[in-house]
Amino acid sequence: MAKIETTYRDALRLALTEAMQADDNVIIMGEEVGRYGGAYGVTKGLIDEFGEDRVIDTPISEAAIVGAAVGAGMAGLRPVAELMYVDFIGMTMDQLANQAAKIRYMFGGQIGVPMVLRTQGGTGRSAGAQHSQSLEAYVMHTPGLRLAMPSTVDDAYHLLRQALKQPDPVVFIEHKGLYTMKGTLDTDAEPAGWGKARVMREGADIVIVSYSRQLHHALAAAEILARENGIQAAVIDLRTLNPLDFDTIRPLVEQAGRAMVVSEGAMTSGVAAELAARITEECFDFLEDPVVRVAGEDIPISVSPLLEKHSVPTPEFISDAVRMMLK
Amino acid sequence: MIDANNEAAGKNSLLADFYREMRRVRTFEERVGELFVRGQSAGSMLHLSIGEESAAVGICANMRDGDTFTTHHRGHGIFLARGADPARMMAEIAGKEAGYCHGKGGSMHIADMGLGHLGANAIVGGGIPAVVGAGLAARNRKTNAVSFAFFGDGATGQGILYESMNMAALWKLPVMFVCINNQYGMGTRIDQATANPNLHERAEAFGLAARTVDGLDVEDVNEAAAELIAGARAGQPAFLVIDCYRFFGHARKDKSPYRDETEEAEGRLKDPVIRARDKLISSGMMSEADLDAWDAEIATEMDATIDFSIAEKEPQLSSMYRDVYAPGEPEPEPVRTRLERVLARE
Repeated sequence: MAKIETTYRDALRLALTEAMQADDNVIIMGEEVGRYGGAYGVTKGLIDEFGEDRVIDTPISEAAIVGAAVGAGMAGLRPVAELMYVDFIGMTMDQLANQAAKIRYMFGGQIGVPMVLRTQGGTGRSAGAQHSQSLEAYVMHTPGLRLAMPSTVDDAYHLLRQALKQPDPVVFIEHKGLYTMKGTLDTDAEPAGWGKARVMREGADIVIVSYSRQLHHALAAAEILARENGIQAAVIDLRTLNPLDFDTIRPLVEQAGRAMVVSEGAMTSGVAAELAARITEECFDFLEDPVVRVAGEDIPISVSPLLEKHSVPTPEFISDAVRMMLK
Repeated sequence: MIDANNEAAGKNSLLADFYREMRRVRTFEERVGELFVRGQSAGSMLHLSIGEESAAVGICANMRDGDTFTTHHRGHGIFLARGADPARMMAEIAGKEAGYCHGKGGSMHIADMGLGHLGANAIVGGGIPAVVGAGLAARNRKTNAVSFAFFGDGATGQGILYESMNMAALWKLPVMFVCINNQYGMGTRIDQATANPNLHERAEAFGLAARTVDGLDVEDVNEAAAELIAGARAGQPAFLVIDCYRFFGHARKDKSPYRDETEEAEGRLKDPVIRARDKLISSGMMSEADLDAWDAEIATEMDATIDFSIAEKEPQLSSMYRDVYAPGEPEPEPVRTRLERVLARE
């Protein structure tokens, strides 16, 4: 296959297709994943290729979808459960946090739960308060769960293939604003390792750590800063939040002496808060400024497109924040 | 707003009222679709209740002042039939300040405490247990109110429905579960998601008064509703399934490729608005010309909601931080303010 021009959505579908071709134990289950092809079209056509026993349309029963995936994973299948919106994670939280996340540990290591929970989150479609959230912190706060959040077409494919090889439950959160993004995918290339962050842009003045769609806002901000202010910002894509690759972050922050974390989730007790604390603890002697969080406002998301847009970081806001730091 | 218990209203004029109200619901929903086409709606997650008007109108006609209700994401018609101002509804759907929730909620989260609307919900089944709590409040505070949960057949997949039914029956609460069975949960037909599609049998198993009524005829819905609601008001919680057909796709953009044209054409024959119209004409209660005049009047009323919603202003950015907590409580600090404060140090 080698290099192809494709979209985030199609790259995800390719990863699922190849995984299903390679292993009969891989199944997909969720609301509208079969005949409908997925609410965002990721699983379109898979039911035709793999049949109803492996691409399973479920009733609207999120708790049971995740719980059944837990059991299927324990019993030898490789389930990919789909949660249509990450906002519905609350309904699955017992199965996810008390079952999937704890089974290996509380049963003394006898068995793991190899499952992937694919879902999507974020703003951008005026989908309102219950369909626009960024809830990755719920997952990151639960020991036992892995968490991957692809920001590129390449990672949509490679991270999903890697997630399907993990021995433990992986929550895989896509961004609804990225599905139509185009990019180059090299399926033969050696992917960045599972759990490894990627330096997307070099820069000596400040390090911006981000992931998912905000990675693109951070990169756009870095462009603005280079063009308008001659500020060179390094930008890191975390790719996975658990495992968290601090080894890639540390040397860059030590060199630049300034760090900012950009995230779409609400700021308080969010992923950015964890990263900022970690950077402060580990790089304290090198820091010239407080580590700054540029994150979602501590408010629900409005259906009004205007309020929605300003509820999460924009490239302009990120670049303003960097200027404030460096003034 | 119709009051089916108003004895001054005879049977004949009640059917006319039902027709008029159903036509208002349908026309409103058509205008919602138009708002989207004109690029003036907030997003595309607009779920129309065309084909389901008899459920909204037949139930709401039996509500009383003080009754409360929650709806699912396909709830425009219910709210309108309960007496909502369609212009403010449309403004909310457009994400404008003048809307019922100041542009924060939108189509799927419209609410109005004044009319007892405890809120529309975008989580399937999310609004159901609240009516158990509202039923408890009605019982303990002796208000004689009934609380209604409106939801679709898709919600019968959610465990919370069964937990709620059990509590309502156990505590003999004035609660009415209204399942609008439009045959589809998004793109999944009920027989593809439900092992036993006789949904009212599930409620019977919990000890609720339960039945299924054909939504084709609004008078049948009204009759069934009146009986069950009277029981609910006396402490016998009830469950009514209203069979109908979702005329269009799940949301505004969904062209429903998962069902064939023959099925759709047959489904759309089950039209409660046309049925009521035909009955009014054939019984000589109203002439075609009279009904046309009503329709035109309603079209004008609903056209105005589009103009209103487009002309109204966007919410102010500062409103973003309002109503996260109660009035008088400190608002969350904006990220920008915090940054300026933190970085202003010497």
